[in-house]
Amino acid sequence: MELYQMTIHELHEKLAAKEISAKELTESVFSRIDDVEDKVKSYLTVTRENAFEQAHKIDEKIVAGEAVGPLAGIPTAIKDVMCTQGTRTTCGSKILDNFIPAYTSTAVQGLLDEGIVMTGKTNMDEFAMGSSTENSGFFTTRNPWDLERVPGGSSGGSAAAVAADEAIFSLGSDTGGSIRQPAALCGIVGLKPTYGLVSRYGLVAFASSLDQIGPFTKDVTDCAIVLNHLVGHDPMDSTSVMIDTPDYTKSLVNDLKGVKIGVPAELMAEGIDPKVKKVIEDALELMAKNGATVAETSLPNIEYALSAYYIIAPAEASSNLARFDGVRYGYRAPDAEDLMDMYLRTRAEGFGDEVKRRIMLGTYALSAGYYEAYYGQAQKVRTLITRDFNKAFEDFDVLVSPTSPTTAFKIGERVDNPLQMYLSDICTIPVNLAGLPGMSLPCGTVDGLPVGLQIMGKTLGEEMLLRVAYSFEQSFGWNEHPPL
Amino acid sequence: MAISEKEVKHVAWLARLGLTDAEVEKFTRQLDVILEHAGKISSLDLAQIPPTSHAIPLKNVLREDRVGTCLTPEDALSNAPKTEDQAFAVPRIV
Repeated sequence: MELYQMTIHELHEKLAAKEISAKELTESVFSRIDDVEDKVKSYLTVTRENAFEQAHKIDEKIVAGEAVGPLAGIPTAIKDVMCTQGTRTTCGSKILDNFIPAYTSTAVQGLLDEGIVMTGKTNMDEFAMGSSTENSGFFTTRNPWDLERVPGGSSGGSAAAVAADEAIFSLGSDTGGSIRQPAALCGIVGLKPTYGLVSRYGLVAFASSLDQIGPFTKDVTDCAIVLNHLVGHDPMDSTSVMIDTPDYTKSLVNDLKGVKIGVPAELMAEGIDPKVKKVIEDALELMAKNGATVAETSLPNIEYALSAYYIIAPAEASSNLARFDGVRYGYRAPDAEDLMDMYLRTRAEGFGDEVKRRIMLGTYALSAGYYEAYYGQAQKVRTLITRDFNKAFEDFDVLVSPTSPTTAFKIGERVDNPLQMYLSDICTIPVNLAGLPGMSLPCGTVDGLPVGLQIMGKTLGEEMLLRVAYSFEQSFGWNEHPPL
Repeated sequence: MAISEKEVKHVAWLARLGLTDAEVEKFTRQLDVILEHAGKISSLDLAQIPPTSHAIPLKNVLREDRVGTCLTPEDALSNAPKTEDQAFAVPRIV
């Protein structure tokens, strides 16, 4: 087995025992990048030189006999929506092609302080708007399981990088499914934590009331390890929650006895590929066999979730993206006649079509005369959906569904039909609207493509999510790899 | 039609997006389909339901009124397309 194929917890043991050095591990991952990146195209920027400097520092510590944490020396990819001081941060947009942040986001800084080796910044749909990376202003990332198919999105580069062993783990962001859906389509583990659990400082904002940072990992144990180092209150993000965070690795208990699992009927209904549904049913059967009680439940207002999301998220985006005006950073259209001409042309030339669509949708939904009918109603639907979840969680510890209604779709298949693309997020969006934690983990394949099992939890219910996920993983024994 | 070309032009202007005529036609068609779908919620009777703007209860967060670390003028201007005397330079306004 090559080093690049291993998990964080396996590699940490080897590093701590001085069986391998951080330099050797970094070399292994970059040799893998050299071999497969041309095919997969996960990265927008590769930071090779910095990576070896960081690895060297860790090796010096280990040689000096200093104790190092579980993430020290681990090659890590970062979605290009998180600011990294001195390293280009594009958000997948031409408008930020040349943007070099003057500071580092809190989430990334926390991992750097733990000694990660950053391999680079990963590709994404422009400003995290999309479900396939086809909206990237630069290129489309390919699914390592089938290079003709999308890796999912918007964090498709981060998911593909881990699935293709071009990083040991990575960070993504999830506004309507952008961690869970690509994790599902690429056959890895992805977690969107409870809103507020991870600081958003330095995460370029898409929809501020929905955005949340989380990890992509190869297994559930790694997910808990990374989560331990992402969470915590940050004075720079006043929406980050003030709680005593637990040691999430303590939740890695293989025991489903007495765990009550609810299956929302609406997420197993029409629109879900029957073959995907069958894989989920098999997974539920396995969990029931291991002591969980599984029963159907209902989230009756979920049929309105997609509508509410595609009003709320664009409304917030239209406001957040007003900052890209060619004045303080990013692209500016040349030879403008006056200030207004400069704004109009900078934004016309700098943004791609999907970003323009969402800015216009949001502007429309917030404009005089339409505000109540669209934005006002959407916020009320958000209340209904939160109430539906609260009611379901009176009877159940977690809810389970498919992460995505289908497996990875073909590149180009949905680009001309924005609404069909939006429907890719139908299972993941409700969790963001209610601010709950959600997780996707591999639970089988259909025609050689991975299927993701979504586990949804109560507010700050990450420990129960991890316990259920870990128990499933141990009994299911997923050991498939993309044929790269 | 949920949205007309005239409305799309107006919204694009409000959002400072310059669009060609062909784009206006294309976006009107696409936005119409999306708004048709999203508009499903416009007709729901939700008069008794309070709105949710944030999933977690939020109140004002205060901090001590003390100077902290912040960007230097050089850092703050380092990504600007054009600067002049420690300021962002823009084309003429009037």
